[in-house]
Parts: sequence; structure tokens; C-alpha cells
Amino acid sequence: MALVNNFSEVFAAIDREHLRLSMYSCTAADVERALLHPTANVEALMALLSPAAEPYLEQMAQRSMQITQKRFGHNISLFVPMYLSNLCANECDYCGFTMSNKIKRKILNSQEIGNEIAILKYRGFDSILLVSGEHETKVGADYFAKVVPQIKQQFSYLALEVQPLATDEYTKLVGLGLDAVMLYQETYAPVTYAKHHTRGKKQDFQYRLNSPDRLGQAGIDKTGLGVLLGLDDWRLDALLMGYHLSYLENRYWRSKYSISLPRLRPCTGGIEPNSPISDKGLVQVICAFRLFSEQLEISLSTRERSEFRDNLMPLGITHMSASSSTQPGGYANPDTQLDQFEISDERSVLQVVAAIENSGYTSVFKDWEANW
Amino acid sequence: MLTIANHQFSSRLFSGTGKFSNSDTMLDALRASGTELVTLAVKRVDLKLRTDNLMKPLSDLGVKLLPNTSGARNGKEAIFAAQLAQEMFATNWVKLEIHPDPKYLMPDPIETLIAAEALVKLGFVVLPYVHADPVLCHRLEEVGCAAVMPLASPIGSNQGLLTKEFLRIIIEQARVPVVIDAGIGCPSDASAAMEMGADAVLVNTAIASSPQPVAMAKCFQQAVITGRAAYQAGFGQVSCQANHTSPLTGFLNGLS
Repeated sequence: MALVNNFSEVFAAIDREHLRLSMYSCTAADVERALLHPTANVEALMALLSPAAEPYLEQMAQRSMQITQKRFGHNISLFVPMYLSNLCANECDYCGFTMSNKIKRKILNSQEIGNEIAILKYRGFDSILLVSGEHETKVGADYFAKVVPQIKQQFSYLALEVQPLATDEYTKLVGLGLDAVMLYQETYAPVTYAKHHTRGKKQDFQYRLNSPDRLGQAGIDKTGLGVLLGLDDWRLDALLMGYHLSYLENRYWRSKYSISLPRLRPCTGGIEPNSPISDKGLVQVICAFRLFSEQLEISLSTRERSEFRDNLMPLGITHMSASSSTQPGGYANPDTQLDQFEISDERSVLQVVAAIENSGYTSVFKDWEANW
Repeated sequence: MLTIANHQFSSRLFSGTGKFSNSDTMLDALRASGTELVTLAVKRVDLKLRTDNLMKPLSDLGVKLLPNTSGARNGKEAIFAAQLAQEMFATNWVKLEIHPDPKYLMPDPIETLIAAEALVKLGFVVLPYVHADPVLCHRLEEVGCAAVMPLASPIGSNQGLLTKEFLRIIIEQARVPVVIDAGIGCPSDASAAMEMGADAVLVNTAIASSPQPVAMAKCFQQAVITGRAAYQAGFGQVSCQANHTSPLTGFLNGLS
């Protein structure tokens, strides 16, 4: 790969339509060739994500399970999201926090954060994902710089899922104890992206696209990629995420990477998916990515129903959330109806831990040193 | 008997605690392996929480614990983890692992040497995990490491003795015990490493990722014993030609 400044430049050189046609014309022979050498091979990833790979799903699942167990052991790491705020200055038609939604808005203060921490620590969590809507002025880098040290005192691993920030802001937060940032592109289709993001800074497709570069430059321990499956053609979006991952892994080789695979779900005033992805489709994406990248962390949220989550566990998943609330202050004060989206797996932590054990896995709460 | 820093081991199979489906299986596998030294990741241990349930059965098993610094990305983090381990487990032994590359988990030779020297000065018994680099192993020995642990192939990969020729050089030159660590995928790999003269092997993934970890642990135990015994017995000369056990020209020896 030629030297480039950021992923935008790589992306600009990709002919999406050509890629789409190539993927949909993959044959069984392409899939079989892909299965021979799937690692770090975007051509193989294309075949494995294509409709032609569907008859090979069981074979892919078997391989995916073996690879995952070899690399990660019989372990499922548990984390919990904490919603800091539902303020948002963007209009995104699939999200419950979208600016025009008439819902009560809230930003947690230090005391309220303390209340949430106490509950989550009691439940045993040691890895936390801080989430907020995207509001630059009221819930921006200064706010995060204030709350990160308080939360990091109690959790070994701290991740953030908020609006994209500048490199120096990321660097500062890393210095304060930030370990990971989840930054989902939602879709790699610029036209669809523009259609769903109609106000606010999130409209800037390129800035978002280059955010993982800024994270790499800031020396983050882990970057999480993701697409909202169903917004656009999920096969193509997943494949382009593979291109992004491949670029990042080579360039920022000190960082770890994870992917999340949220499916578009109903939310307050939300939309129906244009290109819905079935359970089978989701399994195909998980297995294709595991074969593509042995070390990739794959995270599964409580958006998915409990029974399906249990079935997915051995197929390549490494991280799961449990007993999640998707509203700010929702652990101390449930049912205030400030949710970003509905969750499907409403089991308690103990129930999830028991389900993990029943599947022959161990739940891992701590996998990091807080002082690193 | 193998001696590392005045501690004697009758088993030359070292093992680990990671990747098992539950702690009972892990303990059964460790028991079956006959191992006397077990490594565990400091980053996984949370004394405030529930991981205490691991420590008690391990100490009941009578194995020596070898805390490792897995996850550390530089020397500073590794030294911190070693000091934490010293407090947690009251041991000054540490398996020094520094991998800034989360993809292939390749050990960082520069940071490892720096951290090893610092830890030895702090009184630790340091067993560094390194690439199969003979010069680096010399250097680690010079700064006072109690053993060296070169890799056979990428950690957790089960790919076997890919670095064989370099391991051979290390074994030939080392004045401290050589423990072949990482990548040993099957009992024949372990046996081959022991036949080459390695002092011990460390096997975790190959046991834990087997569908039958306890049975596999037993196989590794036997392979290590056999490989070591074969090394001690000594091998016959390897020849590129067939040598008849009953030579045709033997009668000539009797002629004058």
C-alpha cells in the first residue's frame, strides 16, 4: 500500500460500485479459494461476505469457533455501558437521541456518576463503556476530561463511545486513563450517510471516517469500528469496514481493534431498515470477520435477544455487555424513558454469567491493569 | 532435576492457567500434566473481586506460581505488573512478557532487555519471553536473567517449532536454562524440543484449546518425559546413506 495520510485517501480510491458487483458475482469457487487463505485477505473477505458463501456457513462457523478458542480461550469478556448524557446536536433518523425528538435531556453530574458507578461495581463490572449523544459544547472534551479520572479510579478498562474528537483531545484523554474508543461509521455509503444524518457535525462523513486515524496517532490502546447493519447494503458496508480495519491494523500496529455489529432496531420515532439483515446474515458477518482477523475483538450488545446471544457465543464473539441500561442515570433510576434504543436481552449479570458457563465458557471481568 | 534460581523441578513441563472453559477443567488438566510451575496473567487477577477462587486451588495443587506481565506494552508497564505480582502472590518470580503488537503478540526485544535488567536489580527472578534470537538471549543472560524463554512460533498459534534452527543455537550457547515457550502445538513438538536439549517447555494453548484438555495434558507430560529421556540417551549418527546393520565387508576385519 502506498503511503497515505489517512483512510479518506484509501477510501477515495475504492470504486464502491465495482466492489459491489464483484462481491455479488462471487462464486462457490471463490468462496472455496477464500477458505484456504482467509487471513488478512480482503479478496477472501469479499467472498466470505457474499451471498455465495451462505451454503458454507456451517464450515465457516466451525473454523471461526476453533480460531476464536485458540486465540481468546474459552473466555467471554464482560463490559457494561454507562450513558453519561442523551443531549445531541445531530439529526439522525435512526436514533432515539436525535435532536428533534421531544425527550427529556440529561447530563450526569459527578454525584450521579458516582451513584451509577456504585451499582455497576456492586454487580462486578471492571470494564466500562461511557456513552453519550453528540453535543460538542455541553458534553465535549472538557466534560470527558472531568469525568474520565473519576470513573477510571473504579474500573481497570475504560472505553468511550461519543462524538469524534481532535487528536490532541484524544491524546489528553489517553493520558487521563482512556483505553479505548468506539467510533462507528454507521455506513460507508456516502449518499446513504447523508440521507440519514441531516443536521449537526455528524454530517461530516470524511471527519468521521478519519477519526480512527486520529485515535491511532493519539496512541489509543483499542479502536472499535462498527456499521449500523441495515442502513445500507450490509454486505458491502461490512466489506468496507474490513478495508478500514486492514488499513488501520497495518498503520497503527500498536493498537487493538474491535468491531460491533449493531442491527437497526426500532427506537422512539425511528425508521425501518432499508436492507434488513437476518440472524443468518449476522452469523455470516461474525464468522467472515473471524476468519479475516484472528485477533479482532468482536462485541455483541444487549440489542440482540438473549437466546440468540447465547447461540452466537461460541461463533467468534469475545466481548458482551450485560444488564445494560441505555439511558443516562438508568442504573440508579430505571424506567425514566430516556433510552437511546430498546434492549432485548434484559437478563441480570448473574444470569448472563450462568448462560456463559452453560455454554462452556468463563466470564472475564478484569483483563487489564488500571495503571497501564 | 531442573534447577532455576535454586528452585528444583522434577517436571520439565511448565503450563498456564488461561483459555480453559472453567477452573475445574484447568485444575484437572494441570494435575494430569504433572507440572510444577504454572504461569498466570497479572492483568486477569482482581483481588478485590472473585478471582480469589483461582488462587486457593492452585496453591492446594502445590504448584509454583509464575506471574506473567502479559498485556504490558512497554518496560514500564511490565515492571509495574511485576511489582504488583510480588505483592499479590508473595513471589519474586516473573515471566517477563512485553508485546506492543497485539496482532501477532511479538515480544519487544528492546523493552524486554531494559525491563529485565531493571527487574533483576530489584531482586526479581526474571524469565523473559523473547523471540528465538540467540544474541538477545546472550544479553538477557548477561543482565542476570534466571532462564530464557524463546518462542517456537507466535504465542497461542499451535504452529510448532518454526524457529527450530535458532532454538538449536540458543540451546547450544545458553548458560542458563532454556524454556521453549509459545507455539508448541502438539506433544510431538514438545518432544522434539526436549530431544534438541531444551531444559523445559511451556505449553498452555495446545492443552486448553484441545476438546479434551485433561487427556491432552497427560499426553504432553509423557511427550516431555520421553523427549528428555531420548536426549539423555543420545542419538545415533544421522547419515545420508543406509548403513547395514550386518556389513557385507565385515569378514575383512578378520583377514591379515
